[in-house]
Amino acid sequence: MLLTIRELTKTFPGTVALENVQFDLKAGEVHALLGENGAGKSTLIKCLTGVHARDKGEIRLDGAPISPDSTLAAQALGIGTVYQEVNLLPNLTVAENLTFGRQPTRWGMVSGRRMRAEAQEMLAGYGLDHVNVGAELGSYPVAVQQIVAIARAVALSGKVLILDEPTASLDARETETLFEVVRNLRARGLGIIFISHFLDQVFDVTDRLTVLRNGRHIVTAETAVMNRVDLIHHMLGHDLAEVEGRRQSREPGAERLHFSGFGRRGKVEPFDLTIREGEVTGLAGLLGSGRTETADVLFGRTPADRGAARDASGPVDLKSPRAAIAQGFGYAPEDRKTDGIVAELSIRENIALALQARRGWSRPIPRHEQKALANMYIKRLDIRTSDAEKAVGDLSGGNQQKVVLARWLAMNPRFLILDEPTRGIDVGAHAEILRLIGELTDQGMSILMISSELDELIAASDRVIVVRDRRHVSELVGADIETGTIINAIAAHEAEGATA
Amino acid sequence: MNARVLPLYATIAIFLVAYLICYLQFPAMLSTRVIANLLTDNAYLGIVAVGMTVVIISGGIDLSVGSVIAFSGVFIAVLLRDTGLHPLIVFALLLSVTTAFGAAMGGLIHGLAMPPFIVTLAGMFLARGAAYMLTIDSVPITHPFYDMLQDAYYRMPGGGRLRLIGVLMLLTVGAGMILAHRTRFGTAVFALGGGSQTARLMGADVGRTTVLIYAFSGFMAGLSGIVFSIYTGSGYPLATVGTELIAIATVVIGGTILTGGSGYVFGTLIGVLTMGLIQTYIVFDGTLSSWWTKIVIGLLLLLFILLQKGLLILGQRQRRSTA
Ligand SMILES: Nc1ncnc2c1ncn2[C@@H]1O[C@H](COP(=O)(O)OP(=O)(O)OP(=O)(O)O)[C@@H](O)[C@H]1O
Ligand SMILES: [Mg+2]
Repeated sequence: MLLTIRELTKTFPGTVALENVQFDLKAGEVHALLGENGAGKSTLIKCLTGVHARDKGEIRLDGAPISPDSTLAAQALGIGTVYQEVNLLPNLTVAENLTFGRQPTRWGMVSGRRMRAEAQEMLAGYGLDHVNVGAELGSYPVAVQQIVAIARAVALSGKVLILDEPTASLDARETETLFEVVRNLRARGLGIIFISHFLDQVFDVTDRLTVLRNGRHIVTAETAVMNRVDLIHHMLGHDLAEVEGRRQSREPGAERLHFSGFGRRGKVEPFDLTIREGEVTGLAGLLGSGRTETADVLFGRTPADRGAARDASGPVDLKSPRAAIAQGFGYAPEDRKTDGIVAELSIRENIALALQARRGWSRPIPRHEQKALANMYIKRLDIRTSDAEKAVGDLSGGNQQKVVLARWLAMNPRFLILDEPTRGIDVGAHAEILRLIGELTDQGMSILMISSELDELIAASDRVIVVRDRRHVSELVGADIETGTIINAIAAHEAEGATA
Repeated sequence: MNARVLPLYATIAIFLVAYLICYLQFPAMLSTRVIANLLTDNAYLGIVAVGMTVVIISGGIDLSVGSVIAFSGVFIAVLLRDTGLHPLIVFALLLSVTTAFGAAMGGLIHGLAMPPFIVTLAGMFLARGAAYMLTIDSVPITHPFYDMLQDAYYRMPGGGRLRLIGVLMLLTVGAGMILAHRTRFGTAVFALGGGSQTARLMGADVGRTTVLIYAFSGFMAGLSGIVFSIYTGSGYPLATVGTELIAIATVVIGGTILTGGSGYVFGTLIGVLTMGLIQTYIVFDGTLSSWWTKIVIGLLLLLFILLQKGLLILGQRQRRSTA
C-alpha cells in the first residue's frame, strides 16, 4: 500500500469534519474520493498535506508514518496537490508559478532563460503551446490557469498526486487531455486521488472509489463493480428523488423583454432574443462559443454596443451591472470564486448584503428577517453548515456556491441569468436546484441558464438557444429539445461554417 | 503589453518631463553638480525606500523605519563618544540590532497573525523611545574615520562630486533589484503580495519569508541611519520624523502597488529622484516656500493612485475579454 490513513479525525468549531476516517491508496491506481458537498473530502486532503493539523489518526506513506506540517513538507515527501479553491498566483508569470520554490538558480540568482525552458517542458503534452510562459498567469482564462496548476502538481508529485475537483472549469477536450496525463502517471506507478462531482468522469478514469458521508467513511470498492444508483445511495444515504423528466410544455408566457440586434463587437454577434415570463431559456454550446459573452452583454458587464433592449414599458437601459440590477436583472456568474461572495462574512450577511443594496441602505432589513431568509435557503439548498452565522469562507467549496445562488434567488429578480449553476454541486443538491428553478419560473420569474451539461439543460429549459462561434445559430422549442437535435445543431453549423 | 509595467514607465516619463521643464528654466540643473547632489542628499531616503519597496510588494508596511534611522544616528554617536570602538565595529553592531529588530517584528506579524501596520507602529514608538533613552540632545560625531567617509568623493566631469553615500545608495538599489526580481526569495515576496493563503498552499514558507522581509527592511533602515549620520555628522533622537511616510510615498510614486504583489525597485529610485528634483527646483527658484515640495508630492501621489486604479480597471476589463 502506498498510502494508508487510519482513524483520521478533524473537528472545526461546531463541526466534525472527519471522524475516524480510513483511506488506502495503492501505487498505480486512480482512486476517486466521493461525497456530498461538505462530506469532508477537501478536509481529508488538507489534513493529508499539512494544511490542517489533524486531531487524531495516523498517516503512513510507504509504510512510514508521516505528519507534514505544511504544503512544502508534503511536496518534499512527493505529494503534489491541486487544491479546490486555488488557482496559483495571478501576479506571477506562468513560468514562476510552475517552478515556484524550485526555480533554477545560478550563484543564487534565478536564471530566467532556464526557468522558462523548464516551464515550457512542464507544459508539454497539455495542449498549451500558445501560452507564453513569460506572461502573467492572471492574463489567461481560468481553464488555462487550472491546467497550469495541474501541471505544477504533476511535476511535484513523485509518489502521490491529488486532484480536488480539477475539471470544474475544463471543457470536454481539456478534461480528456488531463485524463491522458493521469493514465500515463498511473502507468508510471503513481497513486492518484481524484475528487469530482462528475460521476461520468469517475467511471471513466478511476480504478477504485471511496465514499464519505458527514465526515465518515462509508464504502471503498472497485469502480467497475459499482453501479450508479448504489453509488448515489452511498453518497446521499438515500436514493435520489426521481428527477422529473422534461418540463411540461406549457403555453408560451407573455413577452417580458425583447433584445433586437443586441451584441458587442469582438464578443458576440448581434442576436435577437425574447425572454418570456415564467420561462427557462437554455443556452447550449461549447466552452468559449459565446454563451458567457451573451450573458455578460445582457447584464451590462461588457455593455452592448449595438442593438436595443425593451420591455412592455419602453427601452431598458443596460449599460452597467448596476443599471441592470436596477432593472430587476440578476446574474450568478461562472467565476463565483472571485465574483460572488465575501468570504469573511456569514451566510446570513452575504444573503442580506445584495438584498440590502437593492432596497437602499436607509431601510435596514430587520435581523430576524435576515435570519429567517438565510435559514430558508440553508434548508432549501441543503447548505451544510452548523448555523447561519458561519463565515462563508469556512464552508466547503460546493456549499459556498450554494450561498452565491441563494443571494441572487433572494433578490427575486424578474430576469435571472445563471451561468453553470450546478458546477461543483453534488448530485443531491443538483436535483434540488433544478426543482427550485422550476418553482421560481412557476411564480413568473424568467431565467436564462447556461450549462455544459445537456441533460440538465434539457430537463430545465422551455427553449434552448444554440451558440456557436459567438453567434446564436438556432432556437429549439418543444419536442426539438433533446440531446440529438442540440448536438446536431452544433455540429451542422460547424460543417456549414467549414464549407463556407 | 503587461499592464503592470505601465506605472514604471509613467514614473520614468514624469521624471524626464519634470527634468526637462527644470532644465528649460534653469539650464544649470543639468550639470553633474546638481545630479551628484541629488544622489547625495537623498541617499538615506533611497536606501530605506528599497527596504520599504520589498515590504510593500509583499503586501505589508513598515512604519518603524523613520524612528530606526534616528535611533541609528544616536546609537552611533553615543557609542563613538563613550567608547573607543572603531566606527566599522559600531556599524556592524548597529546593523545587527536593527536587523534583529526587524526580524522580531516580522516574527510577531507572522506568529500572532497581526496586521503589519500595528506591529510596526509599535516598533516606531519603541525605536523612537530607545533613541531618547540614549540621549535627548543632538550628539555630534567627531572621528577621523568619519571625516574620511564624508570627504570621500569621485569628481565627475563637469565638477560634480559623487560622494560615497550616493554611490552606496546606487549599489543598494542594484542589490535590491537583484534580490526582488532575480532570486527565489524575491519571487516568494511577490507571492506573498499576491495572496499569502495561496502562497502557503503553493508551498511557500510564509513565516520565514515574512521574518526575512522585515529583517531586510530593518537592515536597510540601519544602513540608512549610518548614511544619515555621515550626511549630518551627528545623531539626534528627533531626526527623520515622518521619513517612513516619505519612503512609502516614493515607493508608490515609483510604481509599486500599495496592496502588494506588483512593483519595481528601480521605480523607487526614480521616485526618490523625482522628490529630490522638486526640492532642487524650489532651491533654484528661491522664492517658493519649501511647503511646495509637500504639495507637489501630494499631487503626484494622488496622480499615481488614480493611475493605478485606472490600470486595475483596465486589467480587469482585459481579463474579462480574454476569458
Ligand atoms: N476552515 C474551516 N473552518 C470551519 N469549518 C470548516 C473549515 N473547512 C471546512 N469546514 C467544514 O468542514 C466540513 C467539510 O468540508 P469540506 O470542505 O471537506 O467538504 P467537501 O467534501 O470538500 O465538499 P465540496 O464538495 O463542497 O467541496 C464542512 O461542513 C465545512 O463547513
Ligand atoms: Mg471540497
